Amino acid sequence: MKNAKMLAMSTILGSAVFLAACGSEDEANGSDNGSEGSSEELSGQVQGDGSSTVAPIMEAIVEEYAAAQPGVQVSSGVSGTGGGFEKFIAGETSFSNASRPIKEEEEAGLEEEGVEYTEVELGYDGLSVVVNQENDWVDSLTVDELKEMWVETGEEKTWADIRDGWPEEPIEFYSPGTDSGTYDYFNEVILEEDDIVRSATLSEDDNVLVQGVLGSPNAIGYFGYAYYLENKDTLKVVPIDNGEGAVEPNNETIESGEYAPLSRPLFTYVRNDKVAEDPAVADFIMFAIENAGDLAEAVGYVRAPQEVYDEDMATIEELAAE
Amino acid sequence: MRYINHEEVASKTKKRLTKNTIFKGVFAAATTFGLIVLTILLYRIITQGSGYISLDFFTSFASRIPENSGIKAAIAGSIYLMLVVAPVSMFLGVGTAIYLEEYATKNRFNTFIKINISNLAGVPSVVFGLLGLTIFARFFDLGISILAAGLTMSLLILPIIIVASQEAIRAVPNELREASFAMGATKWQTILRVVLPASIPGILTGSILALSRAIGETAPLVVLGIPTILMFMPDGLLSTFTALPMQIFDWTKRPQVEFHDVAAGGIIVLMALLLFMNSIAVFIRNKYQNRY
Repeated sequence: MKNAKMLAMSTILGSAVFLAACGSEDEANGSDNGSEGSSEELSGQVQGDGSSTVAPIMEAIVEEYAAAQPGVQVSSGVSGTGGGFEKFIAGETSFSNASRPIKEEEEAGLEEEGVEYTEVELGYDGLSVVVNQENDWVDSLTVDELKEMWVETGEEKTWADIRDGWPEEPIEFYSPGTDSGTYDYFNEVILEEDDIVRSATLSEDDNVLVQGVLGSPNAIGYFGYAYYLENKDTLKVVPIDNGEGAVEPNNETIESGEYAPLSRPLFTYVRNDKVAEDPAVADFIMFAIENAGDLAEAVGYVRAPQEVYDEDMATIEELAAE
Repeated sequence: MRYINHEEVASKTKKRLTKNTIFKGVFAAATTFGLIVLTILLYRIITQGSGYISLDFFTSFASRIPENSGIKAAIAGSIYLMLVVAPVSMFLGVGTAIYLEEYATKNRFNTFIKINISNLAGVPSVVFGLLGLTIFARFFDLGISILAAGLTMSLLILPIIIVASQEAIRAVPNELREASFAMGATKWQTILRVVLPASIPGILTGSILALSRAIGETAPLVVLGIPTILMFMPDGLLSTFTALPMQIFDWTKRPQVEFHDVAAGGIIVLMALLLFMNSIAVFIRNKYQNRY
């Protein structure tokens, strides 16, 4: 039995030593990076949560911020836009990432808790509608046609139902899950709150949607621009016609808003009281606004116009000065 | 007088042998099927992920650039998590097992407890996540800390540890206990000096297997809302943290294929960790198992 005890002890000791080693190294890194950061050394904790679409931008911001202000521990989850707001309302987070504007009921929830917030734009995303590359008939879709396709009517839909001359093959639908901000946004601007077609495959993992569309010439799907960019060579993007000619999503058309109505801003919402009280929160959000444009482009999204960033920066600066 | 009808036997032998061969084939196919799937999976994961495994992978935080991504925060978080789960779940689990096996009298209430423990072992892990979120994170206001997640995971594996420990304690022959009582030992002395030493290999084996389940479990962490974007090391039990399965889960959902490969690298590390823990369990079982 002595041996068993020895074994248990050495396992515990071993892991403790490993942890200590990690810890000291961390401190060493911290002091290295601190010299190039902003003048004032801050410390504290900043917690956020929210959209998984916004997560890559937020990860890049947090990564850069950790180098600038090693004393501030920023963390952010990926519970989805709705899940993030739930925690934001409950007061568990200081900022909440969202891939759609805040909903009325969420606003009401915040009001009930007496929480004031500021909306900060981090960048733009263009919801990309894609079909299989073997699909040679679709060259563009109007907003009305999109709605006709995606709304549940009780009948099975074929491509021929949408436009004459297209094949009489049933359409296969792939959509992000109903918990995602991406679905909410599509629901608002295309479905206009009508039910989504029941045969649609819903998935919270956009890579599943990509695979689905790759798998069938009759498939259609939509997801964030970053997922289209990554699969540019294997998928065919459908230009969207909102009455002023068909527009394909790309950096220029998304930033200018020409790719309407599917180009959408990506936000993070911040509690005003936290910005005013906690210099770490204020500093982090200012850092985020300052770098969001470049970092959004670095991870496959599109920057917002500079005026937007300037405006948000002015609001936060004002709050922080209070 | 002949007891065996040789003609009869000869006529049936062929049929029986054929049956034997068929079933042998069926069961061999079943085994191979599982093995083939496992091999394909391992092959894919290893070819995808091995390129990312290096010292840097262990010493850098997650990054927007796949090549720079690492699991420093995740692996430290997982180890911290185990430092909470192991003592809590083993103390509660083994304690419960000792009570149920040694002290508890056979009445309806205790039978009810035993049935419920077996039922708990079958409850989906998501449900434990919800329980942890409501009780530990919100009610006790522990937030999404190591302590809250550790206690949740402890609850999750508690039934497994209890059942394994009960089996181990039950396997200790009664003669040993009686001998101890005959020497004038109290019940507690008997448990501490006779029952526990004899059953500890079984208890440890069960506990380590349960712990390896806890280290790979993702669903409760997702429900608790453990963050994945985080660039600092945990600095205490109330610190925010991330864990290896969460980090892997996040990477597999990214648009960039390179991140899927980084995820594969994380999976290899997690598998190695699991294999290591399981081999400790096997080692303990083989080395210290006494037979009476």
